Amino acid sequence: MFAQFDFDVILRSLPFLWQGMQVSLLLTGLAVVGGIVLGTILALFRLSRLVPLAWFGGLYVNMFRSVPLILVIFWFYFLVPVALGRPVGGFTSALIAFVLFEAAYYCEIIRAGIQSVPRAQTNAGLAIGLSQAQVTGYVVLPQAFRNMLPVLLTQGIILFQDTSLVYVVALRDFMTASSVVATRDGRLIEMYTFAALVYFAICFAASRAVRRLRRTYAL
Amino acid sequence: MNYNWNWGVLFQDPYYWWLASGLMWTVLVAGAAWLIAFPLGSAIGVARTVEIRWARAIGTVYVELFRNVPLLVQMFLWYFVFPELMPEAVGRWLKRDLPNPEFWTAVVCLGTYTAARVAEQVRSGIESIPKGQRNAALAVGLDEAQAYRHVLLPVAYRIVVPPLTSEFLTIFKNSSLALTIGVLELTAQSRQIENYTFQGFEAFTAATILYLLITLLVVLLMRRVETRTRIPGYIAQGQA
Amino acid sequence: MIEIDDVSKWYDDFQVLRDCSIGVARGEVVVICGPSGSGKSTLIKCVNGLEPFQSGRITVDGISVGDRRTHLPKVRAKVGMVFQSFELFPHMRALDNVTLGQIKALRRGKAEAEAVAMDLLRRVGLEEHARKHPAELSGGQQQRVAIARALAMQPVAMLFDEPTSALDPEMINEVLDVMVELAQDGMTMMVVTHEMGFARKVAGRIAFMDEGRIVEDRTTEEFFGAPHTERAQAFLSKILQH
Repeated sequence: MFAQFDFDVILRSLPFLWQGMQVSLLLTGLAVVGGIVLGTILALFRLSRLVPLAWFGGLYVNMFRSVPLILVIFWFYFLVPVALGRPVGGFTSALIAFVLFEAAYYCEIIRAGIQSVPRAQTNAGLAIGLSQAQVTGYVVLPQAFRNMLPVLLTQGIILFQDTSLVYVVALRDFMTASSVVATRDGRLIEMYTFAALVYFAICFAASRAVRRLRRTYAL
Repeated sequence: MNYNWNWGVLFQDPYYWWLASGLMWTVLVAGAAWLIAFPLGSAIGVARTVEIRWARAIGTVYVELFRNVPLLVQMFLWYFVFPELMPEAVGRWLKRDLPNPEFWTAVVCLGTYTAARVAEQVRSGIESIPKGQRNAALAVGLDEAQAYRHVLLPVAYRIVVPPLTSEFLTIFKNSSLALTIGVLELTAQSRQIENYTFQGFEAFTAATILYLLITLLVVLLMRRVETRTRIPGYIAQGQA
Repeated sequence: MIEIDDVSKWYDDFQVLRDCSIGVARGEVVVICGPSGSGKSTLIKCVNGLEPFQSGRITVDGISVGDRRTHLPKVRAKVGMVFQSFELFPHMRALDNVTLGQIKALRRGKAEAEAVAMDLLRRVGLEEHARKHPAELSGGQQQRVAIARALAMQPVAMLFDEPTSALDPEMINEVLDVMVELAQDGMTMMVVTHEMGFARKVAGRIAFMDEGRIVEDRTTEEFFGAPHTERAQAFLSKILQH
């Protein structure tokens, strides 16, 4: 059965696929950083006592968590050039879409992490004379991040898988590159199986690493 | 910003029908997939908690496989690769005689993928029940199957109603991936409208509002489920 | 009725039970006491097969518990167990807690099961609470429902694993009273407990366990009369201060 399969096509296209993988990894890395930064701000908004901020944070998160990522990608692919009045690269639009989308998910993780730090810690910080902002920055957030590190990393792995969706706007990430080779050379089975194996290897190894991290540091 | 607004396009023929049809396919794909995901996921989740080693192994392998490959890749594997790996007769039937192959492929793909996620929720629900409950059920003379059916699962399901709600919502969102193999669900139709009319803002807003409506309805429904299945006086693990 | 012969048990490398041998005759009440970690809870859970053991033999009414061919649910229907943390099924009313085993394991009809259940609940003084859920009952009430639940299976013997340890002081007596009545009606009982007043009243024999071993096994008069081994003495002096 495997006689008609041409696994050579994989070897021949490795450089091309590697370029696609670089796009996937770059997009993942930037989106994780952007998502965490924006997510932290949103989390602080949601936890704030200022009603407009809390309200805005809640609205943002609920909206972005109610719609599919593909729709958000379409939205920004269309919207960013129109808003800026000039053509914009696919990567930029996709990155904006990912950061804004994932921030909603990171916000919820971070919010839970902040709330998991006992109130007594905040009280202790205030009692020694720190301001609320200092307590948040020096006492609460460091502990919160330590607690949620495994979940943040796991969300990063999910994000990496989500980047495959840029296929719908033909951005040349690893998945799209595999697809291009597949259709160009007529080798759908080989390429898609290979893509699946690569994603599996990376994600499985990464989730194993997170598990070990969790055990080593008793998180 | 240089843009011609035209909200009226949403109410014109055929765009209006495209949206309605897209919504219908979204609901059908998600609904059918959930009918696979919930029972299959429950079975796998339970399998991961029993004392039988091979059952646990199968459950673990299933979950790891389906969670470490992106849904899009799985969709393509089911659509392009699966028919080729089947015996000739089955493969031919899948490619030629099956009506609406894109729809069914999307349903099976989404169903099996979501089952892995449901399995993890069910497993964590069962594991959060104190060990004493299982002991008490066995001590009274029930066998393992009865203990699961009458004591462990009823409580486990109530514990995981909130995360299961979230999975049910996710399946509606993930149904959008069916567009990659040609199912004209809601997101695909909104893109179509944008392609034809260049009224992207209006088209995507319509889709967004419809997804928000779906979310709202699902949340209300699940809240109803939660209220009606609540155990008087009992606060489930994880809530406080 | 219950025969435990030379039973040993390991959790991986750690030996939890060492050559334990003890018997409970029909109608006898045996109390097992000892410090925490001595293995008493583990031992009693071996009797109805909730915990496996690696060597030795346990027979209940002639049936060997360790034998792989034994159908454990059948053994467990013969022997009732009451847990320290009550373990009532929270999603069922008290009445349903007591009928579940009858209907599913003994295959009784619903009407008959409910009649038996109501009778038992009356016996433990909880008739009016039959339709409540466990969360609506106090600890002492829950434990009494748990006793009724075990009795509903018409067991030949009852196992109690520290039945009052999780109760507030004012509720301990209501549970002990039910247990005393049960003993006086002739039930074969194996009770892990620190309640020495209860032991003195109804126990025929008292055993002391320490570090997985049964160190002492004496009749009640002997236990409260003659001097003890050092370990037993140390333990008893601590708990008898209450």
